Amino acid sequence: MASEPENKETNPLPTPEAGAPSPLVAALQREHPEWIAEVIEAFSETTIVVPREHIVAACSFLKTSPETRFDFLSDICGADRGPEEDPRFEVNYHLFSTTKHHRLRLKVVLSEEDAHVPTVTGVWRTANWHERETFDLFGVIFDGHPDLRRILLPDDWQGHALRKDFPLRGYEPYSLK
Amino acid sequence: MGLENIIAEALPEVLTTQLDSLINWARKSSLWPATFGLACCAIEMMNSTSSRNDLARFGSEVFRASPRQADVMIVSGRVSRKMAPVLRRIYDQMPEPKWVISMGACATSGGVFDNYAIVQGVDKIVPVDVYIPGCPPRPEMLIHAVMMLQEKVMKESVRDRKDVPEEEAREAVPPGTLPVTDGSAALKEALAEPRPYTIASRHERRRSS
Repeated sequence: MASEPENKETNPLPTPEAGAPSPLVAALQREHPEWIAEVIEAFSETTIVVPREHIVAACSFLKTSPETRFDFLSDICGADRGPEEDPRFEVNYHLFSTTKHHRLRLKVVLSEEDAHVPTVTGVWRTANWHERETFDLFGVIFDGHPDLRRILLPDDWQGHALRKDFPLRGYEPYSLK
Repeated sequence: MGLENIIAEALPEVLTTQLDSLINWARKSSLWPATFGLACCAIEMMNSTSSRNDLARFGSEVFRASPRQADVMIVSGRVSRKMAPVLRRIYDQMPEPKWVISMGACATSGGVFDNYAIVQGVDKIVPVDVYIPGCPPRPEMLIHAVMMLQEKVMKESVRDRKDVPEEEAREAVPPGTLPVTDGSAALKEALAEPRPYTIASRHERRRSS
């Protein structure tokens, strides 16, 4: 083991050069530049900020296009940047392709007054429960969702528990009503 | 069971501590627990019935999955607010006499989970007879709690249980019969209301008096 061959340059992880967009983003930018509001490259992960009105079209394009083939929606998660921020909420779509083995993150930013997003349950059926969870914990409304109910918290819950301004111990101590 | 109510009504003065001690001995010698394993304390609860600790020495090894067959509910673990109505329903389904052991810091006080999701002590939902500290308690502590509960059972009297309200006794349904359901509008209205979880059990009334 002492004489390790010096072929360290065969690094399996492709590291894109700084500033150069990944081939995924380049293809999307060529086809539909209006879908891309911002591209964030960090830790060899690509995030595209998509305007809200284009999210369904972008998702169905990314799923069906032979170059991208994002056939698996890993997760939808919300994020609250805090009540003093505007836009306050994020909805993140984590995509994965089981055939091409690449990942992409789409991000929609929302203001507190208009926390509505079109649903992507028509693209991936698994989005149903992910969107219910995001609605339950952040209060983001998914327009067109077939069954937008709470999924984790009790049905009679007041408020949305993962918002930054939700008190840690809840609004009132528990009692059997 | 109801038999002791009849005896206590018919023979209020004759009833002696001898009968009490006989009934209490029978009850304490086979305390069948309804498992309510909710978190890591349940592992210790299972272990307390294993060959090393052998809760069967104290007549309490028959963990029942059905609340209808259980005498004591061992709440082992943190109770979330979503589980709280379920726990109360299981407790309501247990026949009298019944007792509750709150096992571990989380079931007793919420423990480290001082947040919106966890009920801060199961005694906000059901009356508790024995609290066990620990995170999680060792099986020996659960066995100790069972023995403490047995001491408590021995101090009870059947006269304490003569506390059935009249209206409750009048509306009691004989075993084996089902309430008549004709699907009327009034019944649907009654069923649409949320289930009242706050009906005090005899266990609770006995404690408050």
